[in-house]
Amino acid sequence: MSAATHRRRWRVPLSVTAAAAIVVLIILAAALAPWVSPYNPLDIGSFDLMNAELPPAFMVDGDWRFLLGTDNQGRDLFSTMLYGVRISIVIGGGAVLLASSVGVVLGLLAGYFGGWVDMLVMRVGDVILSLPTILLALLISGIARASFPNAGTAQWAPVILVGAIAIHEWVQYARTVRAATMVEARKDYVRATRVIGLPGLRIMARHILPNVLSPVIVIATINLAGAVLTEATLSFLGVGMPPTYPSLGTLIRIGNDFVFSGIWWIVAFPAVLLVILVLSVNVVGDWLRDYFNPMRRGRS
Amino acid sequence: MFSAITSRLAQALLVMLAVTAIAFVMFRYVGDPVAMMSREDATPAEKAELRHSLGLDRPVLVQFGSFVGRVAQGDLGMSFRNQRPVATLMAERLPATMELVIVATILSLAIGIPTGVLCALHPEGRTARLIQTLSLVGISVPTFVTGIALILLFAVILHWLPSFGRGDVVHLGFWTTGFLTRSGLESLILPGITLALYQLTLIMRLVRAEMIDVLDSDYIRFARARGLPARDIHFRLALRNALMPVVTITGLQIGSLIAFAIVTETVFQWPGMGLLFIQAIGFADVPVMAAYLLFVGFMFVAINMIVDITYTLIDPRLRTGRT
Amino acid sequence: MSGAPAVLVISGLTVAYGHPDDPPVEAVTGVDLTIAPGEIHALVGESGAGKTTVGNALMGLLGASGRITAGEIHIGGRPVDTRTGRTEGITPGRDVGAIFQDPMTSLNPLFTVESQLGEAMRHHLGLSRAEARIRSLELLRAVGIPEPERRLSAYPHQLSGGQRQRVVIATALSCNPQLIVADEPTTALDVSVQAQILRLIRALADERRVGVLLVTHNMGVVAETADRVSIMLRGRVVETGPVDRVLGRPEHPYARALIGAVPRIDVKSERLATPSEENPAASDARNAVRGRMRADPASASGELAVEHLCIDYGGASWLPGRKARVFRAVDDVSFSVRPGEIFGLVGESGCGKTSVANAIAGLLAPTAGRITLSGKPIAGRRRAGRALQMVFQDPYSALNPRLRVRTALAEPIVFYRLATSRAAAAEDAAILLEAVGLDRTAGARFPHAFSGGQRQRIAIARALAPRPSFLVCDEPTSSLDVSVQAQILNLLKDLRDLTGLSMLFISHDLAVIRQMCDRIAVMQAGRIVELADTETLFATPQHAYTRELLSLVPTLDRIARRAAEQGAPSNG
Repeated sequence: MSAATHRRRWRVPLSVTAAAAIVVLIILAAALAPWVSPYNPLDIGSFDLMNAELPPAFMVDGDWRFLLGTDNQGRDLFSTMLYGVRISIVIGGGAVLLASSVGVVLGLLAGYFGGWVDMLVMRVGDVILSLPTILLALLISGIARASFPNAGTAQWAPVILVGAIAIHEWVQYARTVRAATMVEARKDYVRATRVIGLPGLRIMARHILPNVLSPVIVIATINLAGAVLTEATLSFLGVGMPPTYPSLGTLIRIGNDFVFSGIWWIVAFPAVLLVILVLSVNVVGDWLRDYFNPMRRGRS
Repeated sequence: MFSAITSRLAQALLVMLAVTAIAFVMFRYVGDPVAMMSREDATPAEKAELRHSLGLDRPVLVQFGSFVGRVAQGDLGMSFRNQRPVATLMAERLPATMELVIVATILSLAIGIPTGVLCALHPEGRTARLIQTLSLVGISVPTFVTGIALILLFAVILHWLPSFGRGDVVHLGFWTTGFLTRSGLESLILPGITLALYQLTLIMRLVRAEMIDVLDSDYIRFARARGLPARDIHFRLALRNALMPVVTITGLQIGSLIAFAIVTETVFQWPGMGLLFIQAIGFADVPVMAAYLLFVGFMFVAINMIVDITYTLIDPRLRTGRT
Repeated sequence: MSGAPAVLVISGLTVAYGHPDDPPVEAVTGVDLTIAPGEIHALVGESGAGKTTVGNALMGLLGASGRITAGEIHIGGRPVDTRTGRTEGITPGRDVGAIFQDPMTSLNPLFTVESQLGEAMRHHLGLSRAEARIRSLELLRAVGIPEPERRLSAYPHQLSGGQRQRVVIATALSCNPQLIVADEPTTALDVSVQAQILRLIRALADERRVGVLLVTHNMGVVAETADRVSIMLRGRVVETGPVDRVLGRPEHPYARALIGAVPRIDVKSERLATPSEENPAASDARNAVRGRMRADPASASGELAVEHLCIDYGGASWLPGRKARVFRAVDDVSFSVRPGEIFGLVGESGCGKTSVANAIAGLLAPTAGRITLSGKPIAGRRRAGRALQMVFQDPYSALNPRLRVRTALAEPIVFYRLATSRAAAAEDAAILLEAVGLDRTAGARFPHAFSGGQRQRIAIARALAPRPSFLVCDEPTSSLDVSVQAQILNLLKDLRDLTGLSMLFISHDLAVIRQMCDRIAVMQAGRIVELADTETLFATPQHAYTRELLSLVPTLDRIARRAAEQGAPSNG
């Protein structure tokens, strides 16, 4: 590969830059939601049922106090969406963080030590992967609700959601890291550190880990999109965030009941925001995957 | 080859056993079966008797053993909510879900494989880039949003297609089918597309990636060096290599389609097992939840085993030994 | 060979790579080449010389970014249109047959031999299925495949590597091309199989009057097989002519250096001919390294003893009903390496030599037997610690791509507290770099900034960092170009002479072994079949297998001997 073609590979396509900018913008808006949103959608006392089901401001019956209209309780949709995307990102990010750290550690251990550690991790992973994400997450949420009365509250629901999503997703990290670790462990630089006599944990942390992280970054990015989707799906199905602290999925669930009465905006705006967020994350993830793929890199 | 199949069988049994164990734990420990099944004003003595008659006072392993025995006989207990045998409830709902899944599988394979090949042959072409971009959109739109959008467009605005239910169904003994009536078929269209869309993009992207890798392999280069026509190289040689992993993935996909049907069925109020399951979660109806888990686990394992055995039969490296 | 029109005439061929927007990079510049019917023309050069690009251009396999920018090609007297940057008008398969390097990947695993052999004939020659089958049988017989009827319905994985390469050759011949391009056709094969395949190619060229362009890096292969040779350097042919003349009396300085660097199997020379890379810094550094190693009691040269070593692969399976298949890779191997000695272990791939090395280095637990270093057992869980270090085959994977060179070198020094401070460890690392002939500033860079030979020097420096008394070298030069190989071999020898390190030197290359080792063990199928002093072994090999190996190695000797008879300087 010549220097010139190498330089070209470094150039990030416009679509990816745009997608990354959108992701950053949404994350910023979500982080600053308490300061930038016009109303506090969590304060039940502030809603007025008189304002319920108002269309967006640009429509005939719209009210400029409520830019994107209001929901069935008279909550400002724009404010509620900002808080909703905030909780979506927190849960999605939390699940990715939990799943990736558990998965990376288990994958490293399984790949490096092999034997019964490997067998145990992989068999448990097999069982988990034989149940689709959404089913497992539904089960965990369902069990939690049947066991603890508090499980559906705004306080505990996020914790349960993070666990319910991560319990499936860690397997993907573990498998990838395990495979990469086995490849790296067979390479001579790792064998050299073993001959030198460095302890296993140090070899894993210092020599193998940095060399298996690039697929983890790719998976984590794509996984973030998936986790946000799963959270939205669970909330849509009624086992996620409660209507008093809605995520984007909960909002779409609320709005779905009104679609037939022509009140489309309670569904449409949260859905569009959700799709834009997930799509942007996916665009970045897709590019990262191509970028980190040594095959495609060498080909150019 | 024989040892490969037995090892697959052993693995499948292991997975099934693990899933059964999870179902058992749910059954036994989630909520209190005695409280759920006895009258409000039951005396402690009555409760103890119920506990005894349910076998809940025996050692856990014995309980697990008899649970496995009952499951193997098709006895999945009684639904807490409507006091009917769970097995009967599931059997009533099975045809609706399976027909939906079959339609979605056919749709996703029939569209996913050709577009994937097309994109791989000219990865830099305009069509390929467009499809690739659309596929990103495809995996970014959640199933329920697709469903609601389709309902909004085709049912609410255009009034072309029904938005919920199965339409008229024909009873064929133990099976009810919507394939034989006009309204049944019309009712399948929107949910079928909704369920297929996500899988379709996954299959398309997989076929594309596999095909690109195969086209870059030494044996395809060697085929080029022999001057074979491009059509032969692409469709007779490379496609076969590229489809091998697709077979495996399709198996996994059918399994997850059954689970994804939960969402589609909720959106379209489709009277399948997914809807049953979601309602069961709402009412903490543990026997139904456990039974559904067992069913999905079983389907997943069964499909994957069939796929693995098929794979062993079609891959000469596994079919024939070294000589 | 004169008379008949040449099957291939290339004149002024230039091939450039690069995206249309970038200035193109010329991989091949102004190459002229002529091949007569029945002639084998070898194209040799080190990696990156452009020899494979010439072959790819002829086979129509230039990648999307490569194009022919100048030159003419005539195949069988017919001109080829190169104006489009491609070889328009050449029908690959019919006009040019192709043989690739790795027979394991050249054949499609999902199709039978018959299908892959017959399809080109059915397409190019319009044969029916039955006719193609008859001709396929003839071809399989011609390339010496036993039981061709049965092999036709076999899948590639059912054939051995040598048989697969024969099938590939049969496929290349199937449409009667006048020219065959063979790109490193024996590099992936063992010596004994290599000899058969080369003999086959030679015979086919003679019988069928096919011209062969043999792309290779192996001078021995050239000497044994080819009629004429062209030596390439950075995209240009620097010397061309009959094999005997070019290899015996090379004229161009590069050709002379390249041929001089090839290790000889017939005589042992103290140092391999290679431009001296010695500088004062290196010798100072080496003295410093020697001082440190002398002062360290752990570095006192030790004797390695291997007693009745057995290594099994496979074994217990956790699933019931699946029988564990055990394969004995090393079977009752015993030898000892004396202090300060270089002990060679030689054999073909799969003979167990690498397993022995891994067991000694503690990377593999032996099934049975004892390994001791200076009397202390080191096998299995008890590692030799810093007293024993290893140099590996592939310099590209031997260094952690994410660690700076000085960090990688300082790591064992810090770990074993061989320096009083981190700064002292960094200074030690810099001295080690100088001792292996690199600049001390090299430490600040990452491994990807170095060539293969430089990386192997770094890997040697890292092996020396813990101040070992014993070095295991597992094929340390087999992935390097021949001139770099000579430098690395000289470096290892110098280090041994200077510090008194003992070494176990593992190689499949008998010539390299002869140049390096004091004593040699020959391994076959997990056992040592012969163990002797180097000179004894090469002069009077006792075991039949050793004799066979020695006779099969393609060498420059034939030409060197002839040149010596003619009184010409041998450039040794």
